[in-house]
Amino acid sequence: MNDSVKTDFKYVGTRPVRPDGPDKVTGRAKYGADLNLPGMLHAHYVRSPYAHAVIKSIDFSEALKLPGVIATMTGEDLPEPGDKLMQGAEIEMKLSDMAPVVMARGRAMFHGHPVAAVAATSASLAAEAAALVRVEYEVLPHVIDMHAALEDDAPLLHADLITTGLDPAPTVPSNLSVDLALEMGDVDLGFADADVVVERTYSVPMCHQGYIEPHAAIASADETGRVEIWCCTQGPFMVRNFTSQLTGIEPGKIKVTASEIGGGFGGKTTVYIEPVAAVLALKSGRPVKVVLSREEVFRATGPVSCSETRVRIGAKKDGTLTAIDIDIVMDSGCYSSSSIMPATMFGAACYRCENQRSRGREVLTNKPRVWAYRAPGAPQSIMAVECAVNELAEELGIDPVDFRLHNAVEEGDIPVFGLPFQAIGYKKALQAAKEHPHYQAPLGPGQGRGLASAFWINSGQQSSATINIALDGAINVLTGNPDIGGSRASMALLAAEVFGVPVETVHPTVADTDSVGYCDGTGGSRTTLATGGAVIQAAEKLVLELRHRAAAIWGVDLDEVEWVDGKAVARTTGDLENLMDAGAAVQLENREMSLVELAETSGATGGPLSAVASLHAHNSAPAFAINICDAAVDRETGKVDITRFTCIQDAGKAVHPAYVEGQMQGGAVQGIGWALNEEYLYDENGVLENPGFLDYRMPVASDLPMIDTVIIEEPNPLHPYGIRGVGEVPICPPMPAVATAVNRAAGTALYDLPLSPPKLLAAIDRAVE
Amino acid sequence: MSLVQYSAPSTLAEALQALAGGAANRPLAGGTDLLVQVKLGLRDPQHIVDLKRIPELTALTLDDNGLRLGAAVPGAIVTTNREIARIYPGFTEALGLIGSSQVQGRCSAGGNLCNASPAADCVPALIVNRATCHIAGLGGERTVAAEDFTTGPGTHCLEDGEILVSLELPRPAPRTADAYLRMIPRTEMDIAIVGAGVALTLDESGVCTDARVAIGAVAPTALLVPGAAAALIGTTLDEDSLRNAGYAASGAAVPITDKRGTADYRRKVVGVLVRRAAAIARSRIEQPT
Ligand SMILES: Cc1cc2nc3c(=O)[nH]c(=O)nc-3n(C[C@H](O)[C@H](O)[C@H](O)COP(=O)(O)OP(=O)(O)OC[C@H]3O[C@@H](n4cnc5c(N)ncnc54)[C@H](O)[C@@H]3O)c2cc1C
Repeated sequence: MNDSVKTDFKYVGTRPVRPDGPDKVTGRAKYGADLNLPGMLHAHYVRSPYAHAVIKSIDFSEALKLPGVIATMTGEDLPEPGDKLMQGAEIEMKLSDMAPVVMARGRAMFHGHPVAAVAATSASLAAEAAALVRVEYEVLPHVIDMHAALEDDAPLLHADLITTGLDPAPTVPSNLSVDLALEMGDVDLGFADADVVVERTYSVPMCHQGYIEPHAAIASADETGRVEIWCCTQGPFMVRNFTSQLTGIEPGKIKVTASEIGGGFGGKTTVYIEPVAAVLALKSGRPVKVVLSREEVFRATGPVSCSETRVRIGAKKDGTLTAIDIDIVMDSGCYSSSSIMPATMFGAACYRCENQRSRGREVLTNKPRVWAYRAPGAPQSIMAVECAVNELAEELGIDPVDFRLHNAVEEGDIPVFGLPFQAIGYKKALQAAKEHPHYQAPLGPGQGRGLASAFWINSGQQSSATINIALDGAINVLTGNPDIGGSRASMALLAAEVFGVPVETVHPTVADTDSVGYCDGTGGSRTTLATGGAVIQAAEKLVLELRHRAAAIWGVDLDEVEWVDGKAVARTTGDLENLMDAGAAVQLENREMSLVELAETSGATGGPLSAVASLHAHNSAPAFAINICDAAVDRETGKVDITRFTCIQDAGKAVHPAYVEGQMQGGAVQGIGWALNEEYLYDENGVLENPGFLDYRMPVASDLPMIDTVIIEEPNPLHPYGIRGVGEVPICPPMPAVATAVNRAAGTALYDLPLSPPKLLAAIDRAVE
Repeated sequence: MSLVQYSAPSTLAEALQALAGGAANRPLAGGTDLLVQVKLGLRDPQHIVDLKRIPELTALTLDDNGLRLGAAVPGAIVTTNREIARIYPGFTEALGLIGSSQVQGRCSAGGNLCNASPAADCVPALIVNRATCHIAGLGGERTVAAEDFTTGPGTHCLEDGEILVSLELPRPAPRTADAYLRMIPRTEMDIAIVGAGVALTLDESGVCTDARVAIGAVAPTALLVPGAAAALIGTTLDEDSLRNAGYAASGAAVPITDKRGTADYRRKVVGVLVRRAAAIARSRIEQPT
């Protein structure tokens, strides 16, 4: 392995109490809706009651008659988006696909689509006023089901939509927004070579990220047009960029402060309400607060593509894979933005197989535009491939771990998406799964076991960090990444490691966009790797500076000063004469200055101790994860009980192991929920029937066993501390692990998720007949 | 939501006065249905009359005649009472299933009945315990059997201005026990897709001499199913009799298909739950804890 990767740590890898913990458990922490400003107005949306309609007119006159109704907004208040691409977006997307999500332009594309907003002196007055806004609609036919949307006679969502990815491009518009394909080797030959072929279709429902904190923002503007936004987001710089592009306010005039955040999971890597708050604040001259209800969150933010994936996979008798063919269709809602690319690229990334083909299609329907959810796109296609692999292994009579070990990718392999693997921990993780007591444990009656593995690419992107050392040696670390999963604890540990000082003396802060260098959002499993990398660099700069100061104080060369355990120490490599002199040796040994001593005297030795580091991280490395799931099925009611669940994951280096485990457990639980009961249910009018946690059935704590975790550490050879992203891959293996376990327990072959009791009981009854 | 008036009278008479004058005046017990509905914009009461300061509605007595439960007594008061749990284990279970600890601190059996959800968990358990509902209005008092209280989804036999004062569960005969089971896809914080309550009396030889079976979430109201009881009475509750009771319950069910489950599913599972609840009730008689 690369020698420049550090493997010996003092603070990294320990489990200190998170610095944000006390504020959170005492209720002091300020979330999106917790800020109030003097003179503040409250905004309320007017939303489309139709799944598809032309907005013929919007009349605010009755609403404006209510005293206290101050400002109004429609899509006309945002500049014409044109054909520009969004700057600063993770995936390539057009501004014209983004602007109408914030506020409809001429047409309502889904039930609950924001059509207008009013700002008034109280929240209830704003709601009352919104109800008085008269919108004249011309209702259009709508389409909810993605298969129906592909029919020739389906209502067309966008008259000018020409499928991208096809050569030659089609000449007629359709609801097929993307059609892309990847191929390597010769798939037909591969199947001809196979002794066994499994072919099946797998469906995953539309779901929601389900973060506990609804979107909330407050914006204010001054006389010069400078806008300040406080909001709950995964990326304050993203909010600045997006809000600027959507509203036309120059980015330099926008300052964004991220509140504490009650979850995002990718769903808060975009804006919905911030541009609305900003426009209303500019129009009214008063601060404007927007807080979505849970129902609005479900109806008009976030959801995650449903998908249908046909997989064909072939192997030799000895288990060697000969061909993999994936065909996935994903629903993007009313504008293109699905994760069809990663879904198409990464479904079979765990497997070494020469002959692979993958086709991905994205379809538009009259549903809210979908957005990212942990490892966007991958869970849907991995669900299909992993279930098929399990069936194939079973048919061949090969243990599923052995089957995977036999076909696992390793360093040097080139997957279908072309990026060769460096050192990865997949095989180690498989080995750990095989040896885990869970995998060895006998199953109880009526139980089934499923295993699945998964890959996720992880991202790097841009980050900055500022470190300031106070006179008492306290270290303030500023970054621009909202802390969703314990990242402040990680930033503190990384700084503590470089400085060699106790982690308690490090104070990590999530700073606003005026106070710290640019940071891409907290997403893509990038924060600990990239922003942590900036923290390491800034800390290293300061250590160098501290050595300079000590060298100057002592009048020695820089190379004679080492930094050891939080102290500058002069090396005892004086000349022989000095070394022979007992007195000098004593003197040399005394040549130590602690960080605190250096900080105290910094005013006299060159001024403040402060450093900034900014980087574009090209050193991210993929993550692999494996889940083992035991499920018991009540064969008379179709109810599933997850009885045991184990996650194994390569973290590169777990900076704060407890928060790595937290990511693994959280992803497992979300994947279990998606597999068992979570789904968007639409009625025939295109109205979401379950916009609340009562009928959108996320698992509750009592539904789940303790989720067991095993962290594997195969250092990322590209990162100074060997760190890999850990936040996204955990949601990739649970669905196939659960589906396999349930089907084995029930004796069924139900691969149309969710495996809710009515569906599963019907499948059990069919299997018995 | 417009401006709401709130009052908390301390006598039944004052409460009845306050409620007189139409459906815009709304009684409030724990509020775990009402306040949620107001927040969702499903109800728009003008005057909320809190019943929790009225002695008759918050009293609880357990004696040789049975249990008299004020309609607004919160679940936690009932479920933490060991004697009640011993004598009416199924009813206690049903009430205890509602919501979470926080909800239990508020939710009442009376509110569960008055909200008139077809899926209300308490109601089948009240029915199998032969509960009587004591009702007061400006015109006087009356009683109604629990199975006749609810008239449809969200509707019940109370006239505007009437209050459910208390529920009376007679003391069960010796060697009697009840049980309640519900099907939800999760373990809590959910609404029953199917519910089933059973109360049984056995003689010394283990023959069932009396039975009541009631089912929930499979019809516009909770249903008493005499046919299911008949399948049990006179038997030793052998496997066949339990199954027959289940079939009778499935036969009596008139479920709908909705976002929570299909009609087919509900019809099938109600039979399973009746069978299982009967087996639990029997074991409670034979191995009292
Ligand atoms: C999180 C959560 C979970 C829940 N889980 C369940 C569950 O698992 N099972 C279940 O069955 N229910 C559940 N519920 C619903 C609710 O908690 C129960 O129906 C509860 O029993 C209602 O009692 P309450 O005292 O809160 O009623 P309230 O909300 O106070 O009243 C309910 C209705 O009855 C009327 N009313 C109340 N008392 C009287 C009276 N004495 N006379 C006349 N009218 C009256 C009110 O005006 C109102 O219309 C849940 C609710 C929540 C919020």
